[in-house]
Amino acid sequence: MRRIFSVLVENQPGVLARVAGLFARRRFNIESLAVGATQDPSFSCMTIVVDGDEGVLQQVQKHLDRLINVVRVSVLEESGAICRELALVRVNAAGTQRTSIIQVVNVFKGKIVDVAPGSLVVEITGDRDKISALLDLLGEFGIQELVRTGEIAIARGRQVVNEGGICIGQGAVRT
Amino acid sequence: MIGAEVLWNCLRQAGVEVIFGYPGGAVMPVYDVLPASIRHVLVRHEQAAAMAADGYARATGRLGVCIATSGPGALNLLCGLANAFLDSVPVLAITGQVSTTLLGRDAFQETDVFGATMSVTKHNYLVSRAHDLPRVLNEAIYLAQTGRKGPVLVDLPRDVAQAELPPGVDSAPRLPGYKLQREDNSAQVHRAAEALAAASRPLLLVGGGIKWARAGPLVLELAEKAELPVASTLMGLGTVPADHPLYLGMIGMHGAVAANRAVQECDLLLALGVRFSDRTTGKREAFAPRALLIHVDVDAAELGKNVPADIPIVGDVGCVLRSLSSLVPERRRPEWLARVCSFPVAPGRQGVGVRAVRALARATADLARRGDLILVTDVGQHQMWVAQHYPFYHPRTLLTSGGLGAMGYGLPAAVGAQVGCPDKTVVLVTGDGSLQMNLQELATIVQEKLPIKILLLDNRSLGMVRQWQEMFFQGNLKAVFLRGPDWTTIAAAYGIKAWRCTDPADLEDALDQLLSEHGPGLLHCPVPAEEKVLPMVPVGEPLDRMILSWRRGDEP
Repeated sequence: MRRIFSVLVENQPGVLARVAGLFARRRFNIESLAVGATQDPSFSCMTIVVDGDEGVLQQVQKHLDRLINVVRVSVLEESGAICRELALVRVNAAGTQRTSIIQVVNVFKGKIVDVAPGSLVVEITGDRDKISALLDLLGEFGIQELVRTGEIAIARGRQVVNEGGICIGQGAVRT
Repeated sequence: MIGAEVLWNCLRQAGVEVIFGYPGGAVMPVYDVLPASIRHVLVRHEQAAAMAADGYARATGRLGVCIATSGPGALNLLCGLANAFLDSVPVLAITGQVSTTLLGRDAFQETDVFGATMSVTKHNYLVSRAHDLPRVLNEAIYLAQTGRKGPVLVDLPRDVAQAELPPGVDSAPRLPGYKLQREDNSAQVHRAAEALAAASRPLLLVGGGIKWARAGPLVLELAEKAELPVASTLMGLGTVPADHPLYLGMIGMHGAVAANRAVQECDLLLALGVRFSDRTTGKREAFAPRALLIHVDVDAAELGKNVPADIPIVGDVGCVLRSLSSLVPERRRPEWLARVCSFPVAPGRQGVGVRAVRALARATADLARRGDLILVTDVGQHQMWVAQHYPFYHPRTLLTSGGLGAMGYGLPAAVGAQVGCPDKTVVLVTGDGSLQMNLQELATIVQEKLPIKILLLDNRSLGMVRQWQEMFFQGNLKAVFLRGPDWTTIAAAYGIKAWRCTDPADLEDALDQLLSEHGPGLLHCPVPAEEKVLPMVPVGEPLDRMILSWRRGDEP
């Protein structure tokens, strides 16, 4: 089973090491981890995708929540969230193949961001199904290099994941 | 005021009266302004500083503080911090660090203490800016002593300790992610109360969490009202007086027959402040197989970690017990009590080790009942003999390394206990392997005039390892023979009075002599190397698969 955790953390040195150390020590299986600042520079948001059975996923949530620098752990259902990942792909592009690649990339609303003799760099954004579908197609031309950001996610509708005790941006902590 | 003075002020404001430490280069600015109002106990190895702070905290219930220099000093603390972490003991560690201008340059005595201690502390800090120092110290002191207790480390670079701080720097803790107050658990408590009322073979299991919640009397209140037999983990010993009619003893690998069998037969297990270590549960999947499990802990991450709970309750065990006692009806359970009392008490013939522990129990009976005795152990066979055969009547009267099983814990922990409780009798029961792991602290107890009484059970081997080799490795004895020193001479060289007792019949007289000594003393008691700790549940077996007696040739 796969679960997406949106983890609001204090933006302090060592927080990433604490989270990574937790996953390593307890043998939790991390699929991807993406981290960046929020609208309040004193907090960051980590999107962590984890694979495991229900018991393991609950333990992941509790142990993350136990870290002192972790402010809130939220579970995002894929149906109720917008999930995006960005990938950069360097793909073989001999002269005759170039047009075919560009056509495929256009269908996926991707971009060609670099052109070199014999290769193209493709930028693609989307959920993981879309990215893996494009990668399957590009695979036929030969992928030289692939870099992915890992998924980030935000809840749909009016649900604000990181509200409550914390009012981000207003300098207030704890209610 | 410089950073180092701020440090001492914060500690004094938190009520810290004593610290255990060892100076060195990077921490010298801190030592330079050590105030006379704080007693500094100079140990002989930093590991002992951490373990003495731990012993002090366990014995007094207050924060234990240790201090060491950077690099080797800080790294030597590690085992003691891990020990405090696994047994949830409030310890604050201050470590000197090279100046921030040298950090990351592999300077003299520089190590990444922040990284190295991350996984053995509840939380840790590297203070890189002086104006963070007051806040960080207050956070560290607060974190160590609240919620689930644990060690917190503050790594203090030399230039931060020396930096001048203007008055009025913000010192209020800022911990937006520290969740002490959880959601309402009353629905779960009601479910638990109903289950308890309906159970016909219920059992209470008490752990180390209870003493930190000061909830021992509440356990008894509930147990007596609903007539619930009580078993204990190693860390829970002393929660319920050993002579209480409802008390069955310790469970686990070397647990009492009655307690282990009661766990396997009960239809409801109410577990309070325990973490279900593998040494406690035996084969996890076969632990309490007939029981509905109610698990109460202050740390949500403990619920479901090792054993799945049917009714998990996050909360302070004292608050939960108060609610349960008011909800659960009075009830008698003569059949179940008769059943658990029918289990055999202990296997037959006892060796010298057990006889020594029992003699100690007789010699200290009055002290123990009054709560005026603190018994400290090291790790190994002697530790289990104490856990099995010494009756504890009060919380905080047994100090032992439970989760980490760190040999060498005993002597420094006894130092901490005696410093924290000068009016109590502190007895260390140790083995020849364990004592040699922190032997140097004999000098500390003499220098600090600590009248610690040491009972050394000397089998000239690593008894527990040897026991396993005999029982589970076909008697293939490897690396277990310890040629010890002449113990009475060693003790005398440190200035400690020592006796030897070679005839078990003389044990009680020898112990009386030891206990009546004004200063520290050591009683050297040779024990045959072949003696075993029994009963024993082999690793990976369910709790009711106890080996009750063993002779050569009994190997599986």
